[in-house]
Amino acid sequence: MPVVMDADRINRTLTRIAHEILERKGGVEDLALIGIRTRGVPIARRLAQTIQSIQHAEVPTGALDITLYRDDLMRHAVGPQPVIHRTEIPFSIDDKRILLVDDVLYTGRTVRAALDALIDFGRPKSIQLVVLVDRGHRELPIKADYVGRNVPTSSAQSVQVHLAEIDGRDEVEIQEP
Amino acid sequence: MRKDLLGIGDLSAEEIYLVLDTAEAMREIGQRPIKKVPTLRGRTVVNLFYEPSTRTRTSFEIAEKRLSADTLNIAVAASSVLKGETLADTARNIEAMAPDVIVLRHEASGAGHLLSRICRSRIINAGDGMHEHPTQALLDAFTIREHKKRIEGLKVVIVGDLLHSRVLRSNVLLLTKLGADVWICGPATLIPPGMAPLGVRVSTSVDEAVAGADVIMLLRIQHERMHGAFFPSVREYFNTFGMTAARVARARPDVIIMHPGPMNRGVEIASEVADGPYSVILEQVANGVSVRMSVLYLLAGGQDGD
Amino acid sequence: MKRLLKGGTLVDPANGRTGPFDILIDGDRIGRVGRSLAAGADTAVVELPGGLLVCPGLIDMHVHLREPGQEHKETVATGTAAAVAGGFTAVACMPNTDPVIDNASIVGYVLRKAADANLARVYPIGAVSRGQKGEQLADIAEMRQAGCVALTDDGRPVATSMLMRRALEYAGMFGMPIIEHCEDPSLKGDGVAHEGPTASSLGLRGIPGEAESIMALRDISLAGLTGGAVHIAHMSARQTLDAVRWGKARGARVTCEVTPHHFVLTDAQLAEPVPYDTNVKMNPPLRQVEDRDAMLGGLADGSIDAIATDHAPHHADEKLVEFDRAPFGIIGLETAVSLCFDRLVHPGVISTSRLVELLSVNPARLLGVPGGALVEGAPADISILAPDLPVTVSAARMRSRSRNTPFDGWTLRGGVAATIVGGRTVYLNPACGDLGI
Repeated sequence: MPVVMDADRINRTLTRIAHEILERKGGVEDLALIGIRTRGVPIARRLAQTIQSIQHAEVPTGALDITLYRDDLMRHAVGPQPVIHRTEIPFSIDDKRILLVDDVLYTGRTVRAALDALIDFGRPKSIQLVVLVDRGHRELPIKADYVGRNVPTSSAQSVQVHLAEIDGRDEVEIQEP
Repeated sequence: MRKDLLGIGDLSAEEIYLVLDTAEAMREIGQRPIKKVPTLRGRTVVNLFYEPSTRTRTSFEIAEKRLSADTLNIAVAASSVLKGETLADTARNIEAMAPDVIVLRHEASGAGHLLSRICRSRIINAGDGMHEHPTQALLDAFTIREHKKRIEGLKVVIVGDLLHSRVLRSNVLLLTKLGADVWICGPATLIPPGMAPLGVRVSTSVDEAVAGADVIMLLRIQHERMHGAFFPSVREYFNTFGMTAARVARARPDVIIMHPGPMNRGVEIASEVADGPYSVILEQVANGVSVRMSVLYLLAGGQDGD
Repeated sequence: MKRLLKGGTLVDPANGRTGPFDILIDGDRIGRVGRSLAAGADTAVVELPGGLLVCPGLIDMHVHLREPGQEHKETVATGTAAAVAGGFTAVACMPNTDPVIDNASIVGYVLRKAADANLARVYPIGAVSRGQKGEQLADIAEMRQAGCVALTDDGRPVATSMLMRRALEYAGMFGMPIIEHCEDPSLKGDGVAHEGPTASSLGLRGIPGEAESIMALRDISLAGLTGGAVHIAHMSARQTLDAVRWGKARGARVTCEVTPHHFVLTDAQLAEPVPYDTNVKMNPPLRQVEDRDAMLGGLADGSIDAIATDHAPHHADEKLVEFDRAPFGIIGLETAVSLCFDRLVHPGVISTSRLVELLSVNPARLLGVPGGALVEGAPADISILAPDLPVTVSAARMRSRSRNTPFDGWTLRGGVAATIVGGRTVYLNPACGDLGI
C-alpha cells in the first residue's frame, strides 16, 4: 500500500499549516480549534501546540462527535448503531473564529454534520476548515481553507490516516479495494 | 441492539455497558445551549401509558424531543380499558399509524411481550406490572457508576416493597450481571419467593443489610398495590424498615442513597435522609433523560430490519 | 353386520386379558373376545396392522364442553368430535356452563345435544350448589334421574365445609361422587401462576401448592366424616398427592386424577419458549419440576386413579390479552393419548395396561358408568391406539372449536388409530391408512 505521507512529512505539513493560520488570521485572538472525532482531535491538539510554540499564546481546543448528526444514521437496514463518543467543547464558541479540523476531506458529509453540530453550540464569528488530506470526490459544496496535501484517489480506494496518539505511528496511506 | 427493550433479563453485560457509555455522551447534549440533536428527525415515538406516571413519561418525552423524534402521548385510563378495546386491538390501531418506537407502561406483567408479538415497531418497556422497569435500572446503574466509578464488588442494599416492585427485579438482574454484592431487605410478607437463585442475599434485618453498604436503594411502599395487609401500619413499617440517619450511619461513610420515586417521606425514607448530603435522588431523575436517549438511539438502528 | 378384529393386541386389564386376542363386534355390541376366533359367513374379518392396541373405550372424566352459553368456545358437537379424534369414546362434562347445569332440564339439554352429535357418549356432571354459588344444594336427585353421574362446583371449590359435608351425605344416597376443584380461595388470591422462582422473576402473582392441598385435606377429612366419595380433580401439587395418600391409607373414599399438562410441563414453560404465553395459563397452574415428578411417581405407584384432560376451550381472542387478564385453561382431548404414550409408556413410567386403567377402567368405575372393560354383550366402545405412530400436533387441524394448546408443533410418539362407539367407527386416523373398519 502506497504511503503518501510519512511521520516527518505529517509533522512538517502541520507546522506549515500552523504558520499559514497565524499568517492569515493575523494572531490568535478569539481563535479556537475543534477537532472532529476521532482523528481530527489529535490533529487539532498538535496544531494548537505548534501555534503555542510559535506565538506563546494558548489556543483552546475541543472535540466534536458528529455521529448524532450523520445523514446516513438511520439508513442501514440492520446492524448496530455507531458508538457515540463525548463531545467536549469546554469553552463558549460565541464570537470565536473556529477552525474545524479533520484528517481527511472526502464527500463533505462529515463536515456538513459538523457544521450543524457546531451551530447548536452557539454563534461563532466564523468557521474555517482544516484538513490533513483532501482526496476529492465531493458530494456537497464544501471546500477546505487549509489543506495539508491533495491526494488524487479513485472512489474505490480508501485513505487511512494513522496518528501516534491513536494508532502508535504517524502515516497516511492509500488502500486499494 | 435487539428489536425491543423488554427487560434487563435480555441484555448482556456488554450491552448494559454500551447503554451506559452512550448515555455519558448523551448527557453532554443536555448541557448545551441548544439541547437537541437531529438524530431521530422524522421518527415517531408513541408513549403508550396505561398507568399514570409523570416522572417516567416526562423523562422519555424529554429524551425523545432532545433526539428530535416526533412524540405522541397516549394515556389510557385503566377504567376505559375494562369496557374498551383490548391491548392487542389498541396496538394494531397504533401500528397502523406506523410508529417507529412504542414506549409502553402497563399494569400487567408481560404486556410488552404481547405488544412485541403483535407489532413491528420497537417496544421499550417503561414498566410492566411487577415484572421489569429496565430503563430505571439502567439509570440507577449510571448513577452508581458515576459516584463509585465501578459497579463490580459494591455492596448494594435494596430495601422496601420487594414483592410488587418491577424496579427491584430489573435492578437485581442488572446489578448481579455486573458483579455487585446485592442484598434485598424488607418485611417477610413483601419478599418474593425464590429470589436467592438470582444471586442475591435476602434479609429481614435492615440493620444487618445496610452494614457497610456502598449504595442504599429504597423502594416505594406502594399503597396502591397493597391488595392485602402486608404489615400492620405505616408507622410500624417506618420504625422497622424506614431509612433513618441512624441506619444510614451503619453504611460506609461514602454511601449514596437512591430512590426511584415518588418518595413517601416518613414511610420508607426519613426526610433527613431524602434531603441529606448522601442523597442522589435528584441526580437519578436527571440521568434518566440521558439513559433514555441512549436506549432510544441504540434501538432505533436497524429500523427496517426483519 | 359382524366384524372380527384380528391382529391387534388386546389391552383389557379389568378382565386380566392382555395379548393377541381377537374381538368380534356384533352390531352395537361386543360379540366375543378370544384367541384365534373363527369368522362366520356373515362376518367381515379386519386384519389390523401389527402393533395396534385394542382397548376398552377411553373415558375423559373432566371436560368443559361450554354448551350451553359459550358456544363460541366449544359445543357438545365440536367437543365430542375432538373427543373421538383423541381416542375417547365418552366424556364427562363440567357444569360451569351458562346457565349452570344445576337442574334436570339442562342435563336433558346437554344429553339431547350429545344424541344429535352422535359421536362420543356424554355424561353430564351436575353442580353441587345451585348456580355454583356455594349456598343451596342443586337439584341432585332430579339431575341423577336425568342422567347426571357426579357432582362438582368445578371452576371453584365447594364453598364451605358445611356445604361439602351436606353434599357428600346427600350425594352418597345416590352413590354419586363429589368431584372437587381443590383451591383455598384466600390463599390463591389473585394469583395467576405457580408461586416460585419463575413467577417471581416474571412478576406474576403466585398460587402456592398449599392452596390446593389445604382444600384437599378438608375434603378428605369430610369424606372420612361422612363416608362419601371425594374425587380430587386435576391434581397439580405434590402436597396434594401426599394428602391423597394419607386419606387412602386411613380408608377415606378419596380418589384423584391428573392432567397430561401437569405430568408433562412445568412452570418453566411460562418463560420459555414464548414468555407470558397465555396458552400455559391454567388453574391449577403448571408447577415446579418436583411436583411434575411427584405426579409421575403417583401415576407409577397407583396413588393416582385417573388421567383426565380438563379440556378447557377458550377463543383465541380471549387468550390474546395480557397474561393477568387471560382466562385459565387449555384444550386437551386431542393431545392426551399422544402425551401419555410419549411421556409415560415409552419412557417406562407405566405399562400400557396401567395406561388403560387410568384412561378407561378407573374413570368408568369412579363415575359408575358402563365401559372400562371389553365384555361380551356390552356396548362396543373400543379405542384402537397406535403406540408407535409419529404424531406432530397441529392446533390448526384440531376438531375442537378452540386452539388454545401449548403443545402445537410438538412431535410425539403414539396416537389414536380409530375410535368405535356402540359398534360404529366414529373416528379413523388417516395417518394409519385404511384399516377397513
